[in-house]
Amino acid sequence: MQERIALTGNEAMALAMKQINPDVVAAYPITPQTEIVQIFSDYVANGRVKTEFITVESEHSAMSATVGAASSGVRAMTATSSQGLALMWEVVYIAASNRLPIVMPVVNRALSGPINIHGDHSDTMGARDSGWIQIYSENTQEAYDNLIQAVRIAEHPDVLLPVMVMMDGFIISHAMENLFILSDQDVQKFVGEFKPHRPSLLDVDNPVTVGPLALYDYYMEFKRQQAEAMRGAKPVILEVAKEYAELTGRKYGLFDAYKLDDADLAIVVLSSTAGTARYVVDELREKGIKAGLLKLRVFRPFPYEELAQVLADRKAIAVMDRADSYSAFGGPLFTEVRSAMYDAKKRPPIVNYIYGLGGRDVNLDHIRKVYNDLVEIARTGEVTQLVNYLGVRE
Amino acid sequence: MNRPLTWKEVPQGGWIEKPGNAVDYETGDWRSIKPVWIAENCIHCLRCWVFCPDASIMTEGGKMTGIDYKHCKGCGICANECPAKPKALEMVNESDSGDK
Repeated sequence: MQERIALTGNEAMALAMKQINPDVVAAYPITPQTEIVQIFSDYVANGRVKTEFITVESEHSAMSATVGAASSGVRAMTATSSQGLALMWEVVYIAASNRLPIVMPVVNRALSGPINIHGDHSDTMGARDSGWIQIYSENTQEAYDNLIQAVRIAEHPDVLLPVMVMMDGFIISHAMENLFILSDQDVQKFVGEFKPHRPSLLDVDNPVTVGPLALYDYYMEFKRQQAEAMRGAKPVILEVAKEYAELTGRKYGLFDAYKLDDADLAIVVLSSTAGTARYVVDELREKGIKAGLLKLRVFRPFPYEELAQVLADRKAIAVMDRADSYSAFGGPLFTEVRSAMYDAKKRPPIVNYIYGLGGRDVNLDHIRKVYNDLVEIARTGEVTQLVNYLGVRE
Repeated sequence: MNRPLTWKEVPQGGWIEKPGNAVDYETGDWRSIKPVWIAENCIHCLRCWVFCPDASIMTEGGKMTGIDYKHCKGCGICANECPAKPKALEMVNESDSGDK
């Protein structure tokens, strides 16, 4: 039984957290935190959840307390954004390497400097090698759905990795949209009761040590094992999505391909910009231009084989990055998509557009320009400018 | 611990799931000097046992019986603390001691 209501992205994420009803939430409740934990703290204060809510003194401590809670054998969550994620950094890696199934909504916002609080992907793109599963959401509905699925993915015995679920700052986090929500009971049933997968810190009959030292003689074996867990996450993500579709009718994959099957021109993009691009795809299709769109949902694990398969037959591809990696090459999504295409049966030309930094608006004209450029690249087969900055004053 | 574990065998996330396994980690080869026990001088006061920062003084029935060379790191505290006259513990160079 689903209900249709209007919520902001923050409200939807907080509602999903309430319905998940985690045992522990630790959060640092001022900016750069989001409304998510503020709304969630209301649920706690009003007795709507049984969660132990720990207010800590920094985001570093928020992640540390969440790691401690998860190590003690309970379902633990937190939420963050921007500089908050940056301050968590050290412990973000520890959560993954200790194999703790923590779930964390992240509202994608820029990193300083200059000081900026608006939406871009710099924060989580920086955490792309931290060992967390990363799932990006286009809108409020996806943010809600992805957060609920994330619990099952993280806690699956073949995975046991933390998951961050993203939505675009302000564009989604503060905008009100209609979405379908499940009943508390259905969410509870879907996520299931938390069962620790092994003896944990508070199990006095089976004492364990968490986070010990492993030097050159063992560190690499642990890291190799961690890498394998990320590889194992891909089938689990699809399995959980299938089960979620049975419950809700909403289908999720590693990515969403829109009018891509016969497309000559393709844009690859994350999150809310996909909505804008989809509008332009429809517009171009009406004019007889074969435009298509690939919205990546799962960035970690990176579905390189599946991407190569659906992108190989395109004539020109643009990868749009809402973050730069300052590699003097291109954005993080671009370099990985381009690398994935190296083994494809065909290698269409691929260009990069870095856009929307610090919340700069990306509108229909920007997307039209990208597809226009692709028309020319498809015609000539030549890329004149590999990495482009979209919407910047030249 | 004989054969080092492979990446498929190491405990998930580096958790130590079996307590008290430090005994499997043989630290004796860290030593450059080692204590030698001279049984006839020993008064079995067990100061060496008390002061040993490892657990390398072996005892039985309240009496000193020898040194656990698999774990003794050769810090020399036992020989320093030994009150017997002449001392019942002496530090010798590993290279001079002939055997191990």
